[in-house]
Amino acid sequence: MNAPVKKKLKVATTSLAGCFGCHMSLLDIDERLFTLLEHIEFDRSPLTDIKNVSPDCDIGIIEGGLCNAENVHVLREFRKHCKILIALGACAVNGGLPAQRNHFPLTTILEEVYHTSPGLANGMIPNDPELPLPLNQVHPIHEVVKIDYSIPGCPPSGDAIWKVLTDLLAGREPTLDHDLMHYD
Amino acid sequence: MSQKFSLDGQVIPFEDGETIMQAATKAGVFIPHLCYHPEFKPHGSCKLCTVKVNGRQTASCTMRASTGMVVENNTEELNGERRALTQMLFVEGNHFCPSCEKSGNCQLQATAYHLGMMSPHYDHFFPNRPVDATHPDFFIDFNRCILCSLCVRASRDVDKKNVFALSGRGIKTHLIVNAASGNLADTDFSLADKAAQVCPVGVILQKRQGFAVPIGERTYDKAPIAAQREPEMEGAPK
Repeated sequence: MNAPVKKKLKVATTSLAGCFGCHMSLLDIDERLFTLLEHIEFDRSPLTDIKNVSPDCDIGIIEGGLCNAENVHVLREFRKHCKILIALGACAVNGGLPAQRNHFPLTTILEEVYHTSPGLANGMIPNDPELPLPLNQVHPIHEVVKIDYSIPGCPPSGDAIWKVLTDLLAGREPTLDHDLMHYD
Repeated sequence: MSQKFSLDGQVIPFEDGETIMQAATKAGVFIPHLCYHPEFKPHGSCKLCTVKVNGRQTASCTMRASTGMVVENNTEELNGERRALTQMLFVEGNHFCPSCEKSGNCQLQATAYHLGMMSPHYDHFFPNRPVDATHPDFFIDFNRCILCSLCVRASRDVDKKNVFALSGRGIKTHLIVNAASGNLADTDFSLADKAAQVCPVGVILQKRQGFAVPIGERTYDKAPIAAQREPEMEGAPK
């Protein structure tokens, strides 16, 4: 009798207030991507260009923190549709570099960028309804939705991402040893 | 050397007057700590070194060893509480490791690695703490202060200068500089000071020295904090 075909896990990924460095690190698992693709299929992700998360997604991987209203919307969509949510990298974990704006008032920052800085003649603060509104402060994602696992690092190494994903696929609690654990 | 106590089942010898921390360190057993430094009188404030002595929690840096004590140190329960304390330290300040000069040589970061801290877990305070860059040779980045008071003790007890103090109470406790202006430039703080060498995190930073040691060669890149064999070198710039 033939064994039943093992269902591939659906994995969605996104970059919120991040720099895509963590996604580059995901690609750094190199040829192990082929092994990974024997076990998973990508759902919504910059790698597939699918725009919405499938309702039965298994794992959501979030790079970046929350700097605007759209980030919050996307994060909530991921939480709603993914069984497991992973914070990938320093910005998702603690706000990272974008959160270093947090002790400046938002108006001061917008003034500095669009009015005071040289380079823009007649600079105006963008106010198109298409543009998501910035949040007063940048927040790590665990402050808004429940996060199941975190992978620290700026970015986490491909090996660290591989370790956590393979731990999860094998049904183990993910851990990182000293050589893979880095906050920088 | 006939006096002994038990630490996680291991027999640890000690001499009269030694604390659990001192005896354990001598025996090569690591107890996580941040405000303790072997050269200074213990402060007992960070609580990372909390152990269970005969079933009761106490700070191992202040508790003197006594014969027959049964001490628990490296247990899931204690390490879980230490991890929670470390997470609280991370969210109370602004600890952005990727842009910190101390990263890789930082005891707070290395301790968090040791305790398997994968995220800060709690909501961040994102406090507003301006940097003092007035001194010609040093920055004081208050964002990273964990209130260990090592600079206070070093400046007061070794340098005899009293440059630093902890001010305020409870959640409002903060590090201050002893000058009318509050600026480090208006003190006699200098490169030769012991207080310039003891900061376990990235608060007291020598100017023009940042990122001199590449990633991979920094103190805690090479070996985890629990395996460092020269605790007296803790916090010293490389």
